[in-house]
Amino acid sequence: MTAVTAAPPKTAVSALSVENVSHAYGERIALDEVSFHVAPSSFTVLLGLNGAGKSTLFSVITHLYASRSGVVRIFGCDVARKSGAALALLGVVFQQRTLDPDLSVAQNLAYHGALHGIGPRETRVRQAAQLARVGLADRAGDKVRYLSGGQMRRVEIARALLHWPRMLLLDEPTAGLDIKARAGLLEVVRGLIADEGIGVLWATHLVDEIRDDDHVVVLHKGRVLADDSSRSIVLAADASSIGEAFTRLTGPGREEADW
Amino acid sequence: MSEAAFARERPFGWPQRLICLYGIVWRESLRFLHQRERFISALVRPLVWLFIFAAGFRQTLGVSIMPPYDTYVLYEVYITPGLMAMIQLFNGMQSSLSMVYDREMGSMRMLLVSPAPRWFLLTSKLIAGVAVSILQVYAFLVVAYFWEIEPPTWWGYLTVLPALALSGLMLGALGMLLSSLIKQLENFAGVMNFVIFPMFFASSALYPLWRVQQGSPWLATVCRINPFTYSVELIRFAFYGQVNWLALAVVAGCTAAFLGAAIIAYDPARGMLMRRGG
Repeated sequence: MTAVTAAPPKTAVSALSVENVSHAYGERIALDEVSFHVAPSSFTVLLGLNGAGKSTLFSVITHLYASRSGVVRIFGCDVARKSGAALALLGVVFQQRTLDPDLSVAQNLAYHGALHGIGPRETRVRQAAQLARVGLADRAGDKVRYLSGGQMRRVEIARALLHWPRMLLLDEPTAGLDIKARAGLLEVVRGLIADEGIGVLWATHLVDEIRDDDHVVVLHKGRVLADDSSRSIVLAADASSIGEAFTRLTGPGREEADW
Repeated sequence: MSEAAFARERPFGWPQRLICLYGIVWRESLRFLHQRERFISALVRPLVWLFIFAAGFRQTLGVSIMPPYDTYVLYEVYITPGLMAMIQLFNGMQSSLSMVYDREMGSMRMLLVSPAPRWFLLTSKLIAGVAVSILQVYAFLVVAYFWEIEPPTWWGYLTVLPALALSGLMLGALGMLLSSLIKQLENFAGVMNFVIFPMFFASSALYPLWRVQQGSPWLATVCRINPFTYSVELIRFAFYGQVNWLALAVVAGCTAAFLGAAIIAYDPARGMLMRRGG
């Protein structure tokens, strides 16, 4: 298995740069020399199966804990050394639902605003714009409990954008959503890149969420197997689709040799 | 974009931190008000002790004159400070339970992606829990007042406040430290049995130390090294408008030690989270 690695263009500062990040839980290696970049105003897909190391990587990027080695930078700010400045530029949608179901949408957003040092009045102004963006302008007063799964995700995106981040991380945001809600969510996030120039890292194991011109980072068993545009990865793997390319990169190579 | 420059140029200073602290306390209080069962059980627990346990033992356990009391007091008067501390003990452990829950549910992560320093976030969370516990104690004191348990002067309600704040911080910090050591939610029942009950019973909450000494010198020694005893005594003296300096020193020292250890346990580079994988 050879890694298909393209040197990222170093012209501008990356929205997110992950450099030689390794991490282990005791003996078990979760991340092995992981490196990749996310350019501003780009949609990058972190493609990997469950257990590939995506969640560990997200924990390291959000500074929940520090990696054993390597550096993560957000617009040049080292997450471990200048975590405050780095986290201020980062918006995150976690895999778990993190809204408080007993509180209203507006109260949830106010709490997040406060965590980012934004006062209640300013939050109210921003929340109207962000909720309108995700199509939930009229639901601010509703309890989160009464929203659908897709709507909760949209609220979480609105919340993640409240402090005007320049880089947005989403960890399996479409998990548990139906086809329509998934498409709607993707549309909202792709719209952000066009409108705001935000860099997006979208972790998933669903290949049908990937477009040909998306940047794709294939993570498997803690290692980066490919880091290029979806189109180039398909070409390099001599496959007909990104799904097939992914299977070739990650699947047991011997079976394919037999054919 | 100008916002990015804005964010970079404006580090997270004290005005932002105060907004952050306010937001954390506000959310915790809001959640508390929504969980009416939690409030009622927090109120009923000490009242059961007061109305049933203390009333039953009134005849058998008299408490002779000892500071801060300058007259012979009824048993329910004696155990009231212990019950105030018990409210805080349960509350501190309960907030730590909610931290374990939060960690599993991801809202702990939500908290920790704030640009504020982590020690500040943890301390804010602690202060929010203390604020809730003080509300609970005063609700209990209102009911106790109608049971004719009150401080010698109305000032007692005010002078007890700083004691409650400090003892709440100590017990909350202990809970936070334990929450970092508990791997999963299920282990929490064990903490109840092995932390809350021993701390409460092996203290001066239910019986004065000199009485324990008569019964079992060994138990009296345990009571004397139990920080909860000093929480109780700090509150007892403050309720009577006095300062127990030894209790103050022990509670302040333990608060600093527990909080420091909790902050280390939640530290990104050293902490337990890393070893376990969050």
